[in-house]
Amino acid sequence: MSLAETPAVPRRRLRGRSQWKGLVYIAPAMALVIVFFLLPVLFTFWMSLHKWPLLGEPKFIGLGNYVRMLSDSRFFAALGFTAYYTVIITIAIFALAFPLAFLVERQRRFVGAYRTAIFLPVVVGLASASLLWTWFANVDNGFLNPFLAWLGVLDLKTNLFATFDSAFFVICVMVVWKVAGFTMIILLTGLQAIPTELGEAARIDGANRWKRFVFVTLPLMRKTMALSLILSVTGSILAFDQFYIMTAGGPQNRMISVVYYIFNQSFVSFNLGYGAALSLALLAILVLISIVQLWLLRVGEDQP
Amino acid sequence: MTTSTSRRGRRARTAAGLYHGTGLLASLFFLAPFAIVTLSSFRHGTEARLPPIPPWPTTGFSLDSYRTLDSFGSGIWQHTLNSTIVAVSTALLTVVVSLLAGYGFSRYRFMFKNALFVLIIATLMIPFQSILTPLFIILARLGLNNSLVGLTLVYVTLQLPFSVFMMRNAFDAVPKEIEEAARIDGARDLKLLVRVLLPLVLPGIVTVAIFAFLNSWNEFLAALVLLSDNSKFTLPILMTAVRAGRLGAIDWTAVQSGVTVMMIPCLFVFLLLQRYYMRGLMAGAVK
Repeated sequence: MSLAETPAVPRRRLRGRSQWKGLVYIAPAMALVIVFFLLPVLFTFWMSLHKWPLLGEPKFIGLGNYVRMLSDSRFFAALGFTAYYTVIITIAIFALAFPLAFLVERQRRFVGAYRTAIFLPVVVGLASASLLWTWFANVDNGFLNPFLAWLGVLDLKTNLFATFDSAFFVICVMVVWKVAGFTMIILLTGLQAIPTELGEAARIDGANRWKRFVFVTLPLMRKTMALSLILSVTGSILAFDQFYIMTAGGPQNRMISVVYYIFNQSFVSFNLGYGAALSLALLAILVLISIVQLWLLRVGEDQP
Repeated sequence: MTTSTSRRGRRARTAAGLYHGTGLLASLFFLAPFAIVTLSSFRHGTEARLPPIPPWPTTGFSLDSYRTLDSFGSGIWQHTLNSTIVAVSTALLTVVVSLLAGYGFSRYRFMFKNALFVLIIATLMIPFQSILTPLFIILARLGLNNSLVGLTLVYVTLQLPFSVFMMRNAFDAVPKEIEEAARIDGARDLKLLVRVLLPLVLPGIVTVAIFAFLNSWNEFLAALVLLSDNSKFTLPILMTAVRAGRLGAIDWTAVQSGVTVMMIPCLFVFLLLQRYYMRGLMAGAVK
C-alpha cells in the first residue's frame, strides 16, 4: 500500500537493489554449476581434439580421436553389450515391478509394510548391493549355491561367475532386486491416478480383468510408463558399478559397458583425450534418448 | 442366502490369502539378503568362512569379521570417518547452497532468472559419467584432486538440480503474507530467511539433506576416479580392495562385515525419515 504511494524514483532503485540481491543468493549455486559442471562439459570438447596423456603436454590432433573411435572394435563391443544389457534388464525390471505395483495398489492390511520391504533395496548403494550379491553368489561360501542345490536346480560346485550367461544372470537378479521397488513406486503413482469409475464402467460393460488392463489401465498409464521406462533405460546405459565390482569386466572381457570402457581408456590406459571423445559419443546417445523421452511424454499428453 | 454369503466369504478369504501369500513372498525376496548378510557377519572366524547355512551365528556372536575388515587399508574407522565426513558435509553444504538459491529464485527478480534456473536443472540431462575425464583434470589444476573436499564439492554440484528445484518449490508454497508481516516487524534478508522462513521450509530441507546424504554415501565411480590415496578412500572404494583380495584369495568375511557397515546407515536414515524421502521421490519423478 505505502509502496504504491512512494514516488517512482526510489521504487526503481529498490527494484535495482533487489535484482542485485537475488543474484547474490543464487551465486554459490551458480559458481558450483559453472566450475564443476559447465566448465567440464566445455572442456570435454577441447580435450577430445587432443592426444592428452596424464603427464606431458597435450597435442592437438583435430578429429583424430573420432576417427580412431570409428575403427575401435572394442568400443563397438561395449556399445553392443550395453544395449543388450539395457534391453534385458529393462524387460526384467518391468516384468517384476508391474505385478508388484498391482499387488500393493489398494489400501489393505499390511500394504505399507509390503511396500516398504520391497522398496528397501533402493536406498542402499549399487556398490553395496553388488558386493552383497558377489558374496551371495560366490562358489566357496556363498548362499546361492547351497540354496539352489537344495532346490535341485544347481550343482553345489558350479561357479556362477565362470560363464558369461550365468554371471550375467546373477547381475540381472541383483539389479532387479535393487531397482524393482523404485519402478514399482513410480508405476504405483500412475495406477493411483486412474479414476476408479473408469474401471467400474468397463466392468459393467462386461470387460474382464485382462481387457480392463489392456484397454483401460495401460493407455491411461502411458505417461508414467514412459517416465519409468526412460529412467530405467538411462540408468542401464550408464551402468558401471555392478560390472566393475561383480565380474571385473566379466569372463573374456565380455562385460565391459560403455562407461566401463571410458573408465578404462581414461584412467587405466590414461588416454584422456580419447576418453573425452568417447564421453561425447555417450553424451550424444543420451541426448538422442532424451529427445525420444520428450517425444514419448508429449505423445502421452496428446492422448490423456 | 446363507450358501451365497459363505461362498462370498470363502472367495474373499482366498483372495486375502493370495494377497498376503504373494506379499510375504515378495517381502522375503527383498528383505532376506539384508538379514542373511547382517546375521552372517556376526559369526565366528572359522564359521564365517563356511556357507551361511543356517544364515545366523550358531556358536555365539562374534566381531571376528569386523576385525578382519579393520586390517584392510587404513582401518575401518578411518574409512567410515571418510565416508561420514563426505556424506555429512555434502548434506550440509547442499542444504545451505540450495536454500539460498531456492530463496533467490522464488522471491527475487533479476536478469536471466529463468535462463539460469533452467541451466541448473538442465545439468540433469548430462550424466556426470560423461564429464568425469575433464573433471579429473580440472580438480587436479585446482589442487583438489585426491581430496575429500574436492569430492564433496563435486557431490554438492550433482545434488543441485534436484535440491534447488525442491527448495524453490518449498519457498513458492510459503504465503507472501507471512513475509510481509515479518518485514513490518523489521526482519530483513538473511534474518528473515533464517528466523521466519526456515521453519516453514524445513520439510523441504530434510528431503534435500536425506538425498544428498544417501547419494554421496553410496556414490562409487567418482570416488574411484578422484581418490588415489589409500587413507582418503571412502567405504565403497575400500571395499574394492577387499573384493580384489590379498595374495589371490578373497576374504569373504570382510565382505560380509563391510557390506553391513555400508548398508546400515542407509536403512536407518530411510526408515526414520521415510515420509520425507518419498516426498522427494515423487517431486523428482514428476519433474
